[in-house]
Amino acid sequence: MKELICITCPKGCHLKVDEETFAVTGNSCPRGAVYGANELRNPVRVVTSTVVLESESFRRLPVKTDRAIPKAKMFEVMAEIAKVRVHAPVRVGDVLIANVAGTDGNVVATRSVKE
Amino acid sequence: MTKAELVIIGGGPAGLAAALSAWESGVKDILILERDRQAGGILNQCIHNGFGLHYFKEELTGPEYAGRFIEMLRGTDVRVRTDTMVLDLTADRILHTVSPEHGYEAIRAGAIVLAMGCRERTRGAISIPGARCSGVFTAGAAQRFLNIEGYMVGKRVVILGSGDIGLIMARRMTLEGAKVLACVELMPYSGGLNRNIVQCLNDFDIPLYLSHTVTDVRGKDRLEQVTVSKVDENRRPIPGTEMVFDCDTLLLSVGLLPENELSRQAGVEIDPRTNGPRVWENCETSIPGVFACGNVLHVHDLVDYVTAESMRAGEAAAKFIQAGGETGDGVELQNGDGVGYTVPQHFRRDVSDKLQIFFRVRRIYRDAFISVYDGERRIARFKREHMAPGEMENITIPAMFLKHITGGPLTVRIEED
Ligand SMILES: Cc1cc2nc3c(=O)[nH]c(=O)nc-3n(C[C@H](O)[C@H](O)[C@H](O)COP(=O)(O)OP(=O)(O)OC[C@H]3O[C@@H](n4cnc5c(N)ncnc54)[C@H](O)[C@@H]3O)c2cc1C
Ligand code: SF4
Repeated sequence: MKELICITCPKGCHLKVDEETFAVTGNSCPRGAVYGANELRNPVRVVTSTVVLESESFRRLPVKTDRAIPKAKMFEVMAEIAKVRVHAPVRVGDVLIANVAGTDGNVVATRSVKE
Repeated sequence: MTKAELVIIGGGPAGLAAALSAWESGVKDILILERDRQAGGILNQCIHNGFGLHYFKEELTGPEYAGRFIEMLRGTDVRVRTDTMVLDLTADRILHTVSPEHGYEAIRAGAIVLAMGCRERTRGAISIPGARCSGVFTAGAAQRFLNIEGYMVGKRVVILGSGDIGLIMARRMTLEGAKVLACVELMPYSGGLNRNIVQCLNDFDIPLYLSHTVTDVRGKDRLEQVTVSKVDENRRPIPGTEMVFDCDTLLLSVGLLPENELSRQAGVEIDPRTNGPRVWENCETSIPGVFACGNVLHVHDLVDYVTAESMRAGEAAAKFIQAGGETGDGVELQNGDGVGYTVPQHFRRDVSDKLQIFFRVRRIYRDAFISVYDGERRIARFKREHMAPGEMENITIPAMFLKHITGGPLTVRIEED
């Protein structure tokens, strides 16, 4: 049995995961079961950061990966994000990097800036 | 004098939600005053995800969560006035404000919602011995520099305090290429959410030193070294346990303090346990027609709870404007064993359908009960598998349980049997 803390939501349930069957106990909702099993097989994380923004009012645009990407690829994704420059206007959800670092995830804007 | 039916001080998630619910309850003349250049409050710099799971049923980043509310308010006539600082507030609900656009202006309000949020404690900084060099920041200030202004504040970092902001910044600085050497916590447990220990420290092998503190700071112009020592049960450093870290940056994440200068000026009664106003179950303060919600009322770790609380405050403010103040007998709420405070601090006996009580426990509990007593008589009991000071707790008591209580006070306490 591996003991984990579910990080899917701020509740932070204490999970127990069976190393062979990947059965999960201690979760308060089904998302915890998915997290627990994944964390042993292929841990993934959402990466959030900022990119350079050319705009009248703001210097940085917040961004995120639109899905959780393999934990081992976090720094590779950060290196891709560091190369991006965006001009306003931009809308929340706009794709800034598609298929970032070959992860199938996209880097998207997390706020709208008009000018 | 300018007039408005409802004035909301602060355009963070609390202010935005209070405005939305007051609007939906039928108040049409609503003004939000925000001192920053944009609405959204602290969420603008919280670019990480983990917001909105309760309210929107999906995981959003801070800017996305704020953006949703700003978008919803666009569909209303609620006015959001940014770059506007409220300087003074009086008990008869007059606000004194300044802004580049309107200069000095006094505004008379039919009702007021206080939603000024928190600021960071720096007390830890004052009591740290050693040099007064540059390179010591509160974690939130560093977060603003990095995420809004685009400046990295350092390369080799030690973090004092394991509050959520410090943990989030440990990860953020690491991802941006800094080396975070240690997170140091005075207490024997972390002040932050468990999920943040896992995904911000453990993911990057950043050590967490519980029951430790910073005992010396060295550096001529810029910080060069900090010394960390273990502390005993009385939180006094133990000689001989010193560890020295070569670093250029020390981030302080030693807690938040509700920002209640305006509330005090107006004469709102403050609860020394929360450092926020004493409120009724509808978020009304000791001054009729003045309501409080969000971090100014008590420190929240989840924005979803801020939203829910602020929705109630907005609705109550609307009711005050439309139907006048609440009356009715009050019952005091007390914190018993293991409970640090309660919000609300008192309630009216004739609460409509249920009474929700928010509080924090004083230490970590496993398999314990939250009990509510009317004198010697237990009127309700709730089981919890896990409780920690870093996580706000809440219980809901159906109104029918409150029908037969004596005059109070009711006591909320933790029982372990
Ligand atoms: C670093 C950090 C990480 C967090 N992480 C999470 C998380 O992962 N998930 C989650 O759910 N929650 C998280 N939270 C908690 C959540 O963000 C807060 O509880 C919430 O933002 C509080 O909202 P608020 O509106 O009360 O305060 P704030 O957001 O602080 O807004 C208050 C506003 O009032 C304005 N103001 C103050 N005084 C005046 C004045 N005199 N005149 C005019 N305007 C004034 C301020 O400028 C500010 O905009 C986090 C909080 C922090 C600080
Ligand atoms: S199991 Fe469900 S409720 Fe518990 S932390 Fe995970 S997502 Fe949240």
